Amino acid sequence: MTQQQQASIITDQMRAAIGKESPSVTYEIDNTGCRQFARAAGYTDPLFYDEAHARSKGYRGLLAPSGFLGHPLISPGQPPRMPGGAGGLDIPLKRVLNGGTDVEYFDDVCAGDVLTATNKLAHISEREGRMGQMLILSTETTYRNQAGDTVAVMRGTTIRY
Amino acid sequence: MSQPYFEEVKEGDAVTTMVQNCDSQRLVLWAAGSGDYYQIHYDKDFALGTGLPERIVHGALKHALLGRMLHEWAGEQGRVARVACQYRGMDMVDKDVICKGVVTGKRTDNGRNLVDVEIWTEDPTGNKTTPGTAVVALPSRS
Repeated sequence: MTQQQQASIITDQMRAAIGKESPSVTYEIDNTGCRQFARAAGYTDPLFYDEAHARSKGYRGLLAPSGFLGHPLISPGQPPRMPGGAGGLDIPLKRVLNGGTDVEYFDDVCAGDVLTATNKLAHISEREGRMGQMLILSTETTYRNQAGDTVAVMRGTTIRY
Repeated sequence: MSQPYFEEVKEGDAVTTMVQNCDSQRLVLWAAGSGDYYQIHYDKDFALGTGLPERIVHGALKHALLGRMLHEWAGEQGRVARVACQYRGMDMVDKDVICKGVVTGKRTDNGRNLVDVEIWTEDPTGNKTTPGTAVVALPSRS
């Protein structure tokens, strides 16, 4: 069998989506969310569980553990409100893999903060992998707090195959 | 928790290794804590049905474990400023995820004392399943 060069699956629609900011989504950082995430990651530091302790160490409230930037707000009967990014694209590949995560902090995120996030598709590439044709989507989500300061940027890589 | 200081940390220093067993309860805790309820992480029949050999550890859990390793190493006055990793290999339920790191450099940026760290997770056979890089801000002695 001869190796065939597959046609590109990157469409004009995908290219046009690069760099477009999504509508913003709100994430509430609360005590229970911080504690639940910290417990799941196995933290024992009281900074994530005991509000008085966190304040005694100079934090506004419980520190949000690394990687915790809130949960999307859910309304029954509606899909979760997540920032757009690659959401609206017609992608002919059904399977999804999480390729990687990069979270960069510019300030502390603490319980009581309300974050506003916008997301954009930063980059698309494709390659022929072990599992066939693969599309690699890089997204970038910027989180601003209630004071309007950018506190974190999350860069994610999603692989469709 | 002992406190490392910027002046004393040097290239090649190891971050204190952290081991976390990821049994099914841990993966359910993570589903709830993160909001990621994809069944390949806790429903064995579902996982096998997608062609996986077993339930697999969430990538984001490994990212968070690397963050915890850095938080615990950075001490009370340190801050985890950046955690980046790639999910190259799968980790299976009930196995240990071994988190490691090595200091690769130091710099000051905007008055912050930053330490660059190469980070990764290993499975129990020594495969590096989640390589990455991180930045930790450390306090100064002066």
